[in-house]
Amino acid sequence: MSDASLTKEIEDAAPLAEDLVILDGVNKHFGALHVLQDINLTIKRGEVVVVIGPSGSGKSTLCRTINRLETIDSGTITIDNNPLPAEGRELARLRADVGMVFQSFNLFAHKTVLQNVMLGPIKVRRQDKAQVEARARMLLDRVGVGSQADKYPAQLSGGQQQRVAIARALAMEPKVMLFDEPTSALDPEMINEVLEVMRQLASEGMTMVVVTHEMGFARSAANRVVFMADGRIVEEADPHQFFDNPRSDRARDFLSKILAH
Amino acid sequence: MFDFLDLDEYDLFGAFWTTIQLTFFAGVGSLIWGTVLAAMRVSPVPVMRAFGTAYVNIFRNIPLTLIIVFCSIGLGQTLRVTMFTDGSVDPTNYRLAILGFVVYTSAFVCEALRSGINTVPVGQAEAARALGLSFSQVLRLIVLPQAFRSVIAPLANILIALTKNTTVASAIGVAEAAALMSEMIENEAQLIPIALLFALGFIILTLPTGLLLGWVAKRMAVKR
Ligand SMILES: Nc1ncnc2c1ncn2[C@@H]1O[C@H](COP(=O)(O)OP(=O)(O)OP(=O)(O)O)[C@@H](O)[C@H]1O
Ligand SMILES: [Mg+2]
Repeated sequence: MSDASLTKEIEDAAPLAEDLVILDGVNKHFGALHVLQDINLTIKRGEVVVVIGPSGSGKSTLCRTINRLETIDSGTITIDNNPLPAEGRELARLRADVGMVFQSFNLFAHKTVLQNVMLGPIKVRRQDKAQVEARARMLLDRVGVGSQADKYPAQLSGGQQQRVAIARALAMEPKVMLFDEPTSALDPEMINEVLEVMRQLASEGMTMVVVTHEMGFARSAANRVVFMADGRIVEEADPHQFFDNPRSDRARDFLSKILAH
Repeated sequence: MFDFLDLDEYDLFGAFWTTIQLTFFAGVGSLIWGTVLAAMRVSPVPVMRAFGTAYVNIFRNIPLTLIIVFCSIGLGQTLRVTMFTDGSVDPTNYRLAILGFVVYTSAFVCEALRSGINTVPVGQAEAARALGLSFSQVLRLIVLPQAFRSVIAPLANILIALTKNTTVASAIGVAEAAALMSEMIENEAQLIPIALLFALGFIILTLPTGLLLGWVAKRMAVKR
C-alpha cells in the first residue's frame, strides 16, 4: 500500500517531465471551416510521432499551431511545461526551442548555406560566432552537405536544401522538431537521403512530429502513428498495428487508397 | 552657339551643384522614411498599417508643387518653422524643399519596396519566425535585404524622377538649375540654346544613375 502510494506520488509530482508537448482541447477555425476539432495529443520526450491523413485534414495546421505560426481559438498547448505565450519576446523564445522543417525548404535565398545555419544561434541565442560556425559546419557534415557550405541555396538540389534546412533547425538545439511533409517536394531519388537523416535523428533520441506519407519511415522510425481526418484525430496506434490492422473505417479507406499506387 | 554662357555672370555649376545636393539629401531621406513606411504597411499592428496606407494614398496623389509650396508658405511663413537657419541666403526654403521632396518621394519608395517585399516567398519569413526571430529581425535580416535587391531598378527610376522633380524647388526661390534657367532665358532671349543646355545638364546627371543602378540591379539579383 505504501509502495503504491509512493509510486503514485512520484507520478503526480512529475507526470509532465515525460510529456514534452501537450495539446489539450485545441480548436481552430479558418472562417467557417473547423480545421482542428478538439485535438488532444501528448508527445513524450524522445518520442517520434508520425501524423498521417488525407489532404485538407489539418495536418499542416496542427503542426503549425505547435509553434504558433497559426493561432488557436480555444484549448491549450504546452511545451516542456510552458504554456504557449500569445505574442512577443516570450513566444520568440519558445519558438527557438521548436525546430521546424517545411515542405518547401524555405532556406534564406540571399544567404549562403553556412549563413543559413548560423543565423538563428547568432541572432536569437546571441551565441559566440566562432563557436556557432564550428557547430554549424559540424551539423552540415552530419547531414552530408559540409562541402556545400559556401554555396547559395539555389545552387543545391532539393534533397541537399532540405538537409540544410534540417541542419538550420538543429543549430538551435531544439527540444522538439516538427516536419511538415519534408519529402513531398522532392524527386524520388532524393527522398531517401532526407529520410536517412531523419532516421538518424530519431535514433539519437530527438523528439519529432512528422507529417508524412512515407510509410517505410513511419514503420521503421515512428513510435506512434496519429491518423487525422476532417480536423479530428481519428486513430492513434503503434505503426505496425496501424498499417497492418487499422481500426477505423476512415483509416482503412485512406490506406487502401495510398497503397493502391 | 553657347556664347550667351558667361560663367562669371551665371553660376551654372553652382546651380547644378544645388540640384545634386537637393537630390542627394531628398534621396537619402526618402529611402529611410520610405523604408519605415513600407515596414508599417506590412506590420502586424493595424494602426501602423492604416497609417502607412493613408500616408501613401494622400501624398502620392497630391501634386509635388502643392507640397513644396505648402512647405514654404504653410510651414515656413505661417508656422515659422525655421529648420536650423544659420543666417545665410535662404537655407530655410532650401531645407523645406528637401522636406517636401522627402514627404512626396517616400510614398513612391514605399510602394516600390512593398512590391519587392511581395517577391520574397512567405515561407522564408515563416522559417525565420520559426527560428525565434522577432518581427523586426525578420524584416531587417530576411525580407528587406531581398526586397531591396529586387527593386533597385524601380528605385533608380524614382531617383531619376526625383532629380528632375527638384526643379520644382525654384517655385519657392531655391537657386537650383531650373531657377538659373528662367533667369537666363529672361536676360538672354535665346530660349532654345539655353533650354538645350539645361536639358543636357540633366541628362548628364541622370543617365549615369540609370546605367549604374541597372548594372547593380543585375549583379545583386537574388537567385531562386
Ligand atoms: N491560411 C488558411 N486560410 C484558410 N484556409 C486554410 C488556410 N490554411 C489551410 N486552410 C484550409 O484548412 C484545411 C486544412 O489545411 P491543412 O493545410 O492543415 O491540411 P493538410 O492536412 O496539411 O493537407 P495536405 O495534405 O494537402 O497538406 C484545408 O481545407 C485548407 O484549405
Ligand atoms: Mg499540409
